[in-house]
Amino acid sequence: MGKKRKIGEINSSSMADIAFLLLIFFLVTTSMSTSTGLARRLPPPLTGPQTPPTDINKRNLFVVKVNSLNQLLVQGEIMNVSELRAKAKEFIKNENNDPHKPVREAVNIPLLGEMEITKDHVISLQNDVDTQYQAYIEVQNELVAAYNELRNELAKEKFGKAYNDLDEEHQKAIQDAYPQKISEAEPKNYGGAK
Amino acid sequence: MAQIRKDNERETPALATSSLPDIIFMFLFFFMAVTTMKEVTFKVRVSPPMATEVTKLENKSLTRYIYVGKPTDEYKKAVGSETRIQLGDAFADVSELQEFIVNERSAMNENDQNLLTVSIKADKDTKMGIINDIKQSLRKAYALKIVYAATKRPDASDAE
Repeated sequence: MGKKRKIGEINSSSMADIAFLLLIFFLVTTSMSTSTGLARRLPPPLTGPQTPPTDINKRNLFVVKVNSLNQLLVQGEIMNVSELRAKAKEFIKNENNDPHKPVREAVNIPLLGEMEITKDHVISLQNDVDTQYQAYIEVQNELVAAYNELRNELAKEKFGKAYNDLDEEHQKAIQDAYPQKISEAEPKNYGGAK
Repeated sequence: MAQIRKDNERETPALATSSLPDIIFMFLFFFMAVTTMKEVTFKVRVSPPMATEVTKLENKSLTRYIYVGKPTDEYKKAVGSETRIQLGDAFADVSELQEFIVNERSAMNENDQNLLTVSIKADKDTKMGIINDIKQSLRKAYALKIVYAATKRPDASDAE
């Protein structure tokens, strides 16, 4: 009788060891880091004989050059990376309809109504062969940041929400108001042959 | 009362470890869910540049990676210490890039082919010359969706 009362349990103490082993295996073979980055779209390849670039109105063009010493030349002025964001925002927005900044045009955007936007502006980013990648990414980052801030401001003003909290349709409308136009120029060799 | 106390004194109950495997399994599943398998073994050293406006890569199965950097110490003897490109598990030349993309694309599901994204994982000290070469061959291969891999840097001016 005494034997029957105690039911033998399955010895599960090694189960923990097995589970630990699996856990350690996965910890070693996997990496926590999720891929993040700056998404860009390249222009399609040039086909046929090279045509000279279409003449863009000078006032619509915002030229950013990065030289081999990672120095910036923005619209002909030497500039620090930290100033670039404000300058780019000013350019894209062109609040006071400055004749040296891009043309404002009235466009009807669904959900936003009639708006004056600088829809033909282009930011041209040019770099040297010896430019450091980090410097290039920093410039790209500042330009994207300028757009993101402008979109956020508009989203807050029109819909009372941050851009990222809007649904797809509203985000699309904001994107139409501030289209991201960063052109990565054809590689050039500045300063003599190499 | 006295009876019970006597009983307890006779047999010290063992620490219950039966729930330990469950806890460990929970950990295991957590890690399996949040991590990803290593894509390749790195033959080049890549420490990605920092940026604040990074976005997450949406679809990993549609992404192909190009690694650019200086070879790691064990390969330095074989290939030198100049910046190299790694495609898949091997070193490659820029001229092989176009073929690589075409092959990768033809191996994909037809519906997904134009969603192919190329992630350029380049070391932050890389010169732009090699990046430009890569970009030009990607354009020729019509792989126009690219991502410059960068890690998130906390931004002081970010008010949110």
